[in-house]
Amino acid sequence: MSEILLLLISTALINNVVLIKFLGLCPAMGVSKSMDAALGMGLATTFVITLAAGASWALEHWLLAPFELGFLRILTFILVIAATVQFTEMVVKKSSPGLYQSLGIYLPLITTNCAVLGVALLNVQQGFGFVRSLLYGFGSAVGFTLVLLVFAGLRERLAHARVPAAFAGAPIAFITISLLSLAFMGFSGMNIGG
Amino acid sequence: MIAAILSLTLLGAALGLLLGIAGRYLAVEGNPLNAEVEALLPGTNCGQCGFPGCAGAAAAIIDNLAPATCCPPGGKAVAAAIAERIGLALDLSGVADQGPQIATVSEEICIGCCRCLKVCPTDAIVGAAKQIHNVLREACTGCAACIERCPTEAMSMRPVPVTLQHWVWPKPAFA
Repeated sequence: MSEILLLLISTALINNVVLIKFLGLCPAMGVSKSMDAALGMGLATTFVITLAAGASWALEHWLLAPFELGFLRILTFILVIAATVQFTEMVVKKSSPGLYQSLGIYLPLITTNCAVLGVALLNVQQGFGFVRSLLYGFGSAVGFTLVLLVFAGLRERLAHARVPAAFAGAPIAFITISLLSLAFMGFSGMNIGG
Repeated sequence: MIAAILSLTLLGAALGLLLGIAGRYLAVEGNPLNAEVEALLPGTNCGQCGFPGCAGAAAAIIDNLAPATCCPPGGKAVAAAIAERIGLALDLSGVADQGPQIATVSEEICIGCCRCLKVCPTDAIVGAAKQIHNVLREACTGCAACIERCPTEAMSMRPVPVTLQHWVWPKPAFA
């Protein structure tokens, strides 16, 4: 039990995909203007990353490894991720048209979110088992959602602040996220392995 | 190699089948009227109405947020067709068909102030400070945003000029 908790904390905070590994920066910058959209994007990405982590484990162990097709790894993973994203898009469109509107182009772009492929590839690289792969994917996605929410909260406050003209818009967002990244580097002092 | 081709083919087919089945169950039934009105509009997504594309304009017309006459390229004929489709009485006497128009710069009045370039949504106006500006006909959507902005009234809307490269057979007149 404590091992599961440690793995989750380690992937969500210490090895955060966005702020420490610098994966998935495009949605982190793009969909963090409001908390609602950030939460929706985070949940959709969580669903996709967890599903993709499980599916890529199955692919790796039942298809790629037995038939020695390692060179097809990226291709097959992307295929599975694209299908998962398409499915997520259908679900979101069906269940919440408002969220579908506010996510816009960023929803299909989860396919090219490098955090999704990155987590799947890291799972293979580190030789995780099925449950551990799922947990690693879920933990990373929770970390992603957390960063998105924190960053969106900061940007909502920033929208009301007086920002010097030279920094208004994207520059202040980049400065904010780099400060956030510095803050998250503080977690690496928590030496708990994983 | 056979294994690679087979596995990718099978994988693609299986995922496609799954998505197809999911698409059946999760199909969203949008307002069918939207699609019909959108089909009546020109479909060039030019943006002259101020909505994001023809789909946005169709939704706005049905929700009564925009008049049926909001489509400048469509003109009288499209407005009448839409009004008939959604059961709307429409007074078309004030609507004149001008045909497609684009912005033009009168070179003798332009002072090169660059204000029009900044409001152009499609970057169709080229020029620099104290240089006479010009409009790229392929990029201009005829939104007329620059007309108001010009301090010297050098911008005006003119029918799309005909040149040797752009001449086409005239369209038959609408009945």
